[in-house]
Amino acid sequence: MTRAGRIFWTRCAVIGGPVALLEAACRLRWISPLVIIPPSEMVAAMVSLLGTEEVLASVGQTFSTVAIAFVAAVVLGFVLGAVIHGLPRLRRAIDPLLASYYSVPFFVFYPLLVALFGLNALPLIAIGFIFALPAMLIATLLGLDRVPRVFRKVARMHRLGWARTATLVILPAALPNLFQGIKLALAYAFIGVIAGEFILSSGGLGYAIAYAYESFENRTMYGLMLFVLLSAIVTNGLLYAWEARQQRRRGRG
Amino acid sequence: MSDDTAAHAQLRGVTRVYPGGVHAPPVHALGPLDLDIAPGEFFSVVGPSGCGKSTLLDVLAGLSPPTAGSIRFEGKPVAGAVPDGVGVVFQEDASFPWLTVHDNVAFGLRRAGMDTAETARRVDYAIGFMGLADFAAAYPAQLSGGMRQRVCIARTLVLRPRLILLDEPFGALDQQTRLLMGDELLRLWRETGATVLLITHALDEAAMLSDRVGVMSARPGCFIDLVETGWARERDSRIVSDPAFGAITARLWSSLRTESMKAIGRE
Ligand SMILES: Nc1ncnc2c1ncn2[C@@H]1O[C@H](COP(=O)(O)OP(=O)(O)OP(=O)(O)O)[C@@H](O)[C@H]1O
Ligand SMILES: [Mg+2]
Repeated sequence: MTRAGRIFWTRCAVIGGPVALLEAACRLRWISPLVIIPPSEMVAAMVSLLGTEEVLASVGQTFSTVAIAFVAAVVLGFVLGAVIHGLPRLRRAIDPLLASYYSVPFFVFYPLLVALFGLNALPLIAIGFIFALPAMLIATLLGLDRVPRVFRKVARMHRLGWARTATLVILPAALPNLFQGIKLALAYAFIGVIAGEFILSSGGLGYAIAYAYESFENRTMYGLMLFVLLSAIVTNGLLYAWEARQQRRRGRG
Repeated sequence: MSDDTAAHAQLRGVTRVYPGGVHAPPVHALGPLDLDIAPGEFFSVVGPSGCGKSTLLDVLAGLSPPTAGSIRFEGKPVAGAVPDGVGVVFQEDASFPWLTVHDNVAFGLRRAGMDTAETARRVDYAIGFMGLADFAAAYPAQLSGGMRQRVCIARTLVLRPRLILLDEPFGALDQQTRLLMGDELLRLWRETGATVLLITHALDEAAMLSDRVGVMSARPGCFIDLVETGWARERDSRIVSDPAFGAITARLWSSLRTESMKAIGRE
């Protein structure tokens, strides 16, 4: 078997083993269906739920909220990172703030955001954005730090202007770090939005899961949970594949 | 002055002090230093580590401003930008990891908007010249340190600079390859008629390749000796068996010995 094949089958066993075990435990009634339903039923529930207009609307709402928060965080995180990188004084001043950023439990401010913006998509976009922004900002700072000084000299030797130095030299040199920021920003935006919907909102996947939980609709709850899980895995997997392709091009795959 | 126009590159009273930071005092790295490099001359610089050789190269290329003094290239003052016709090969590995060897070498020509046929011709020639023909499609991560340095040399050569500044370009190479690359550099120098300034820490390399060798003092670097080798333009690494070669190397070493001891703190 090839190395890639072995890795694939090992991965299947690592994931499939516990799933099969859970399936057996549920079928044999070691675990009550009131607590957890068998994974096969979760899949069936997910498929049938995705056929309903109501759920599709929730999916659309959540995904578009995440997408807006994510794109805003990536763009603004990059721009702010680039600006702060160019202002060492400012950077020294806010470095400790950035370093301790993720120790603040931001969700305590979520009700405040709802009070400010009302019970609509805005507080959700805001919480996803607030959560994802620093990841991108920090990755941008790191990426720009790691551009070797000699690359800028090479750019000057080729007498490139400011814009071409940025796009042809600095950006590609910083790209591996920017990828890290993009991946993290997506994960954080997703977490922020779903959690916000969970706490307080009038729609979206998080809300639907919380609603199903409160009304003891186990099938719906697990079906939706599985869908959220799979969505996160698939989007992250796509970014991972994209990154791996870039790295292979640099010969470090 | 008449000799002002004769020099291809000219430095007068050039000094470079790196401004200190919050916790660091200013560093007087270079000068004051005068130097005239004649058109078509092969000039080498040797000096103890940290004496300001790379600083000299930066200042001469217009990459960093002198604290005092003036620099002229082809009669025109150098200030704030690298003049057209000056090519630099840096001491550090400066190959771009996201480009193949071919694209690295083509980088400057594409930026300058040269047409593709001419670009391809020059790039292929430079890649072949540097012995990288089999690696044109490889990425720098797949090459050795010495090969990456050759990519950088090729990237600068395709620009056809009239003044080539090389900062320890063969530092990552073994002695045999170094001698052969030296021969290639001499061939290139003869073919193009370019002026070459080579920074090296190998005294034998300086003695073998150069028309003239400048010996620098410990920091702040100044020239303490300028040695004319008197070699014919047609020369190669076989001159290492010439008795004059031994004499030149010995003179370089005697000039450098005390300075090198100063540089490592044993005066
Ligand atoms: N950007 C900088 N800021 C402050 N000091 C610097 C900077 N670059 C170099 N120096 C200092 O200037 C001095 C000369 O440095 P330089 O790199 O020119 O030496 P060098 O002769 O090229 O050394 P080597 O042979 O080791 O390459 C050193 O003492 C170094 O610490
Ligand atoms: Mg140096």
